[in-house]
Amino acid sequence: MKFVDEYQNSELARRLAHRITNRSTKTIRLMEFCGGHTHAIMRYGIRQLVPKTVEMRSGPGCPVCVTATADLDKAIALAHLPEVIITTFGDMIRVPGSYSSLQQSKAEGADIRIVYSAIDAIETAVANPEESVIFIGIGFETTAPTIAASILKAQQRKIENFYVLSLNKLTPPVMKALLDLGEVKLDGIIGPGHVSVIIGSHPYEFISNSYGVACVISGFEPLDILLCIDKLVEQVENGQPKVEIAYPRGVKPEGNSKALQLMEEVFEVGGADWRGIGTIPQSGLKIRKEYERFDADKAFSVSLKPVREPKGCRCGDVIRGAATPPECKLFRKVCTPETPVGPCMVSSEGACAAYNQYGESCE
Amino acid sequence: MSDTILLAHGSGGKLSHDLVEKRFLPFLANPALNKLDDSAIFEASGHLAFTTDSYVVNPIFFPGGDIGKLAVCGTVNDLAMSGAKPAYLSLSVIIEEGLSLDELEQIVQSVKKAAEEAEVSIITGDTKVVNRGQADKLFITTSGIGIISPEVDISGANAKAGDKVILSGTIGDHGIAIMSQREGLRFSVPVESDCAPLNKLVSQMLEASSRIHCLRDPTRGGLATTLNEFARQSNVGIVIEEDKIPIMEGVKAACELLGLDPIYVANEGKLVAIVEPSDADKVLAQMKQIGYGREAAIIGEVTAKHPGRVIMKTKLGPSRIVDMLSGELLPRIC
Repeated sequence: MKFVDEYQNSELARRLAHRITNRSTKTIRLMEFCGGHTHAIMRYGIRQLVPKTVEMRSGPGCPVCVTATADLDKAIALAHLPEVIITTFGDMIRVPGSYSSLQQSKAEGADIRIVYSAIDAIETAVANPEESVIFIGIGFETTAPTIAASILKAQQRKIENFYVLSLNKLTPPVMKALLDLGEVKLDGIIGPGHVSVIIGSHPYEFISNSYGVACVISGFEPLDILLCIDKLVEQVENGQPKVEIAYPRGVKPEGNSKALQLMEEVFEVGGADWRGIGTIPQSGLKIRKEYERFDADKAFSVSLKPVREPKGCRCGDVIRGAATPPECKLFRKVCTPETPVGPCMVSSEGACAAYNQYGESCE
Repeated sequence: MSDTILLAHGSGGKLSHDLVEKRFLPFLANPALNKLDDSAIFEASGHLAFTTDSYVVNPIFFPGGDIGKLAVCGTVNDLAMSGAKPAYLSLSVIIEEGLSLDELEQIVQSVKKAAEEAEVSIITGDTKVVNRGQADKLFITTSGIGIISPEVDISGANAKAGDKVILSGTIGDHGIAIMSQREGLRFSVPVESDCAPLNKLVSQMLEASSRIHCLRDPTRGGLATTLNEFARQSNVGIVIEEDKIPIMEGVKAACELLGLDPIYVANEGKLVAIVEPSDADKVLAQMKQIGYGREAAIIGEVTAKHPGRVIMKTKLGPSRIVDMLSGELLPRIC
């Protein structure tokens, strides 16, 4: 395949890193929104390539991590209902809820299946007509269009045993919430690549216009990220923050209109609960009334015990960028990928998992 | 005769005998097996290596192989990685009722073919049939006995500072082939499993050098996990270079797409060798003579620094820790 090696070229990377070092005079703090970016940055050792003046923080862009414990508890409770099959992205099953996890429920006999997309969950529904198949709909604007498409497909094919627990979240409102919070002073944001393929760059204009923070949308290859950092440093040095796209092969300013239409058709915007942040108004996607027969929230009722958050876990702080994973006392001691306390250690996009897996430089 | 496996095929009665005599014996025949006694009797002398493994792969047919080929190659490779010459295998099959006899025959054919290639005999076996839902189509357990020369001393604990790390070919082929088949992911260039018996490759390597310290096939957990096992068992550090690791374009593309790191993806026809530095080039040259080692490469070396740790120099220059695989490999969501 073309366009993998090209974006991993070490000579170009070295030149870009050199340019960043030459440009950078002010000490700045950048946040990479996406967990995918955190992993790429750690995997390729990008922190070691950029100058000490550039500090990098992980952000809230890990769908599994930001799912509130209460929502996870609800998914677990749904799994224990009779004649229910839960379909979910794989990472979710290992995240500890207040009292259990989906993985634990599976071992206890609940029917929980890992799928790669909501469309696969439809096939599970077709193959199991006697059961109710509930898809745990997590993710940002990247997964929302396919979940919307699955609901439309279920309607079109008259599949009556398919439901979605819609926990989908929107990225611009959480960025605004973090900037309003002002807990971590940021000079620039590495904007999400795949989310922006869907929504474009316009929804981020407020970041530079209202908060004076630079925002450059990046792809996930090392050269993409270095180019993005270069542009962010340039903007901050020049004192001219704006929204830029450093991932033009994927992102258009206006986004993907077809995907946006699908989302608009099926979902409406409402409040959503975020781990570590709380309820953010207008930051979640709810299933519209026209499609409510697919809404697991409406179709099933479960009673939930009070939410218990794990003691000492700082996933909330890590998600807000207020702490780095090693600053959590549990990190790598009590909390490991084998015995995760919080979701950031479980998810393949979690910051704690990235810090644990790739560690720091040894040489 | 029914064209699917029935519970009665496992009853121990006539259908069971038919199953063995018509579906297994014609393909796997050899003097020890043909007797159908309670045990196979064979001759062996010297040091013996003995291993066992169970195979539950889903799907049972995948690009580049099937569960039958895997069950032979896996056990042959486990023997070969100890420096043993594989000789005899057992084959125990648990079949879910309803499996088609055609599928069973295809799998037994694969067992035959793989055993012929590896020059091993299947000398004893067993079949059981379980109710629908109690197994997933077919599970296989193979055990193997190999003969090992007294001078061969290969162990994960034998790596020494200065040794070279040789990888026999491209990584991640098997894992990506299985994942794409299981999840219906279609790539323009289909990725095939690398499933293969490596005993002949190993015997050529042993001919080239008596100073091969460690050998292992990086199956589940991938290259990263195998190297970590060596580092921990031998209490040494290992440094590898990312751009020396051979990866097929299709695997690379699939990994990028799914957000996976190929060094954690499973292989079924590759080995990692830790070799005395002065013999490394000789071993490498010998490996390249053989089909399964054609793309072999020296990917790094053993160091006295950071014992127990594997460090990789990334393509971009910086280094990072390579840990064992933890949990399952799952594609990214975001």
